[in-house]
Amino acid sequence: MSTTRPITDFETKDVLIQSALAALAISFIAAIGMLEEFNNRILITSLLSLGYLAIGWVPILFGYRASTEVAIEGVDPPVKGPRDLFVGGTVGAIAGVVVSAFAWLASSVDLTGIFIHTGPGMQSVLTFGQGIGFGSLLMIVFCTVLGIFGASLHVMSPTLRSIIGVALGTTIVIAIFEADVKELFKGFRVRGATSLLYTPTGGLTIVSAAAIAALVTTIKVYGKGHGPNAVYERVKQHHTNQSPEIRRRNSWLWGAAGVAVYLVTPQILGKSLSETAVTVGLFLVLGLGLNIVVGQAGMLDLGYVAFFAVGAYGIAMLTSPFRPAQWIPQLDFWVALPIVVIVAAFVGILVGTPVIRMRGDYLAIVTLGFGEIIQKLFLSDWWKPVVGGAQGITNVPSVSIGPVEFAGANSKMVFYLVAILVAGVFVLSHRLQYSRVGRSWAALREDEQIAEAMGINTVTSKLLAFSIGAVIAALGGALFAAKVGSVFPSSFKLLVSLVILVVIIVGGLGSLRGIAVGAIVLIGLLGGPTLPGLLREFGRFKLLIYGVILIYMMLKRPEGLLPSVTRSRELHHSEMTQDAWLDKAGDFEEEEGVTT
Amino acid sequence: MAMLEIKNLKKSFGGIQALGGVDFHVNEGEIVSVIGPNGAGKTSFFNVITGIFSPDEGDIIFEGESIAGLTPSTITHRGVARTFQNVRLFPNLTIIENVMVGRHCRTSQGVFGALFKTKAFIEEEQAIEDHARDVLSFFGSRLRGYRENQPAFALSYANRRRLEIARAMATEPRLLLLDEPTAGMNPKETIELTGLIGKLRDERGYTIVMIEHDMRVVGQVSDRVVVLDHGVKIAEGDYESVASNENVIEAYLGRPAEDGAHT
Repeated sequence: MSTTRPITDFETKDVLIQSALAALAISFIAAIGMLEEFNNRILITSLLSLGYLAIGWVPILFGYRASTEVAIEGVDPPVKGPRDLFVGGTVGAIAGVVVSAFAWLASSVDLTGIFIHTGPGMQSVLTFGQGIGFGSLLMIVFCTVLGIFGASLHVMSPTLRSIIGVALGTTIVIAIFEADVKELFKGFRVRGATSLLYTPTGGLTIVSAAAIAALVTTIKVYGKGHGPNAVYERVKQHHTNQSPEIRRRNSWLWGAAGVAVYLVTPQILGKSLSETAVTVGLFLVLGLGLNIVVGQAGMLDLGYVAFFAVGAYGIAMLTSPFRPAQWIPQLDFWVALPIVVIVAAFVGILVGTPVIRMRGDYLAIVTLGFGEIIQKLFLSDWWKPVVGGAQGITNVPSVSIGPVEFAGANSKMVFYLVAILVAGVFVLSHRLQYSRVGRSWAALREDEQIAEAMGINTVTSKLLAFSIGAVIAALGGALFAAKVGSVFPSSFKLLVSLVILVVIIVGGLGSLRGIAVGAIVLIGLLGGPTLPGLLREFGRFKLLIYGVILIYMMLKRPEGLLPSVTRSRELHHSEMTQDAWLDKAGDFEEEEGVTT
Repeated sequence: MAMLEIKNLKKSFGGIQALGGVDFHVNEGEIVSVIGPNGAGKTSFFNVITGIFSPDEGDIIFEGESIAGLTPSTITHRGVARTFQNVRLFPNLTIIENVMVGRHCRTSQGVFGALFKTKAFIEEEQAIEDHARDVLSFFGSRLRGYRENQPAFALSYANRRRLEIARAMATEPRLLLLDEPTAGMNPKETIELTGLIGKLRDERGYTIVMIEHDMRVVGQVSDRVVVLDHGVKIAEGDYESVASNENVIEAYLGRPAEDGAHT
């Protein structure tokens, strides 16, 4: 077999498609205003801004993809070499040419009527501020170099690739989360580190960026076998080797450590990170609640926000001194909470009863309608004397236990409350999943008719799932109302239902760990329906990114980031069945023919 | 008194009469086979008994009480369990989970017990698991051991049928309805299952009604055979008398051609 391969050995069509996609992606990011807006945010002084990062990944990715060929089983894999680099460079170069053409088009024809952000600002960023002539050349070189870099990632050994990936990734993450890293430094009382890493005007210095990359590389190279997983395994091994008494003592120690972490965390996180953690926690509670209905019992509920609203309004109506219906006695939060929980369970049954006979899409549409109806009712003149219409209810008092007040503005204190709720709902979900009730839901999800025939009362089972989901959402809502201090109908839009659903789908339907990851990634990083996440710059493009993530996940990983075992089986059923032909009834005559 | 007494059972779907007034009874400890050509209404008969469809007319009396028109789960709770012609397991649940679901109607722990892991809850979960293993052991070792935690869809066809019987057994029925238990099995597996059907009655004490097409199986295990055709009972008796009954032969093979020409 020859070891050298002509560098022109590629499919022109494939290369053109990859280049076109890359050019389209860059132009799109520029045209929607992302590039210009992000360019103001410096990541590494005089080297990289968030704007150029937002387009820089494109040629790397497509260069990598174009140079990678599908390995066919039974055929020797294609030899890696200069040809791959050439392909990557070509893709980058073509993309660069097209993007420059786009920049030239934007400068000669006024496109701002259609794409509002294609003005001089964008053109200047696309041409590196050098004018269309020299700037175009720079853009082509920029894309070509990154394309070759992408291709070289494919050519190099996997070890080297992972080292480069981790080093670059860490540096960029530390640069992007500058504000949050500073907060953490403050929390750990090492303010000095801030001025060491970042420049006063924002961004890493070139030296600190290089130092971080070097440090990470060193850890990656010499830290093999000492990573978190290995340490965890060793601790676990050590733990199981101990005698029962020591193990019992150790579990007490672990518990104490857990409580200590719980107490210290918000102090280290600081105010704004605690705020984000609280938002993540509330959505995690809602996600876990919806997961009981959708993930465990298999009923697609698109109006889940209604129960969240019931909880929030319930607390507001019972505890606020400014409640519109003054004839309702004003209660303490802890007295009102059980009432709200009972009402929510009742509303869950009320909403569930008429829709219980419906399945799949029909159920989704009807629950969607219910969600909208409840929001409209809270907004209506009819209910205004009780819930306050569009003005909502304000001055909802915050929660307090004895002398300790969990004031809404003090996110560190609210963190303590939310963390307890999250832990409680986690335990509830987990224990239900592996119980008689959870099994009946699983059976219901798999085959409703057979579940009924096997002695499971499907009506009560479904209503139970509905009302438990409703209670969890109401608990979240109650805490939300007490934290924010006011409730308005506009806080309970359809979008909230959808965001909760996206959180659990992206994280992994039916998987508790997955939902936690989904909530952290989507709500924590990108932000909830109204609140910003850690990636503040992305706030305006949040829904766009949600959409992109959702489409990608549905195509490539429908079971979610950290899927549950059962759910993956459902989705990859046919791939995993060796005797898939047995699924087709009627095919087994063949077997009979052979054996008789 | 008969364990199951069915009087003048009628069911039609639109204009098609699936059951046209069937009288039927099963005594405790009997194995009764229901046979008949395709489309005779055998499976509809099972579906009406188990409550998947409610009867248009007639009554179904199980252990002295009417079960006509009750929901399937209530009927299962009363002590009637069944398997399906086209095996219907919970394909993505594991084998042991499939059987444990069958214990649902004989257990009672709810959300409260699960949340606080009460003593009663832990004991009941253990009992459910033990019972499930016990039921699976009825089929020897082939559904036990590492198989317990495999998803049901990974099983071979014959094992799926066995698992379906095990799941029905887990509901502690007194009357077991088997819909074509040997369909799709090879001769060796069929012989083995025929033996097991006898054991189901002798060791476990179930009364069995079975739809079956394999006449060797029917002949070997049945105390009594009932023949349905076009939703009507056309013959009843022991296997030999039914096999030689002219109406039955006609239902399966049709009338001789010259006869038809004269009438």
